[in-house]
Amino acid sequence: MSDPVSALGGASYAGFATIREIGPLGMITLRAKGVKSLDKAIKAAVGTKVPAVRRIEIAGDKACGWMSPDEYLLILPYGGVADALAAIAAALKAEHHLAVDVSDARAVFRVEGAKASDVLRKLMPVDFDRLEPGELRRTRAAQVPAAFWQADGGFTLVSFRSVAGYVMGLLQHSAQPGSEL
Amino acid sequence: MRLTCPLCGSRDRREFHYYGAADYLHRPAAEDAPDAWDIYLHLRDNPAGVVRDLWYHELGCAQWLIVTRNTVTHEISGVALVAESAK
Ligand SMILES: [Zn+2]
Repeated sequence: MSDPVSALGGASYAGFATIREIGPLGMITLRAKGVKSLDKAIKAAVGTKVPAVRRIEIAGDKACGWMSPDEYLLILPYGGVADALAAIAAALKAEHHLAVDVSDARAVFRVEGAKASDVLRKLMPVDFDRLEPGELRRTRAAQVPAAFWQADGGFTLVSFRSVAGYVMGLLQHSAQPGSEL
Repeated sequence: MRLTCPLCGSRDRREFHYYGAADYLHRPAAEDAPDAWDIYLHLRDNPAGVVRDLWYHELGCAQWLIVTRNTVTHEISGVALVAESAK
């Protein structure tokens, strides 16, 4: 086995807010709709309940986010993905579903600091004043798709790995000292 | 004006594209009489009151929505997914 490597090797930047590329993080896309054992599968994989519409349920270093009426994003430590996939397969054995390891398809960033939201406000068509607690927001960062949620005094942002450099550049530029809103 | 998308929550009007009356959901069959097609394409009520319109959530979930709106008070009394209503 080769060592997992995150997209940017843990790049970071200290502007008026702190930007850190984190990971690698385990991520599983679970697609299922109207299946009876969905709650059991999510519980077994990441230990949370099924998130409500537009919400993310967080339990320690694991989480489950609502992505669409038939899609969930499971987040967990990178090394736990194989076990989680096995747990989902066991729980949904007789039901129609799709569960795929997408860990290496993603890049994950943390934006932290008192004015962290200013960094994102400049990049995303999102009304941050109306964000609700525990909301997972699918949107875009300038020209690329992104999703984020608020936790532990900052924001966790997920993008596709292929655009990790572009997203890091955006975040750095947006976090330049003196450019606070 | 804000619309509360069933999937995306409360969003600004500018995220949506207006299409027209919800009558567009009831397309006649190809072999139907010209009258049916005439009604479908051209004949609209124009009520001072409650209307049902199709809106597309272009900058959100990309779903078609049926928005129920009162043209007198501008009150929006319902936003539903076309995909769900067709069932
Ligand atoms: Zn929507």
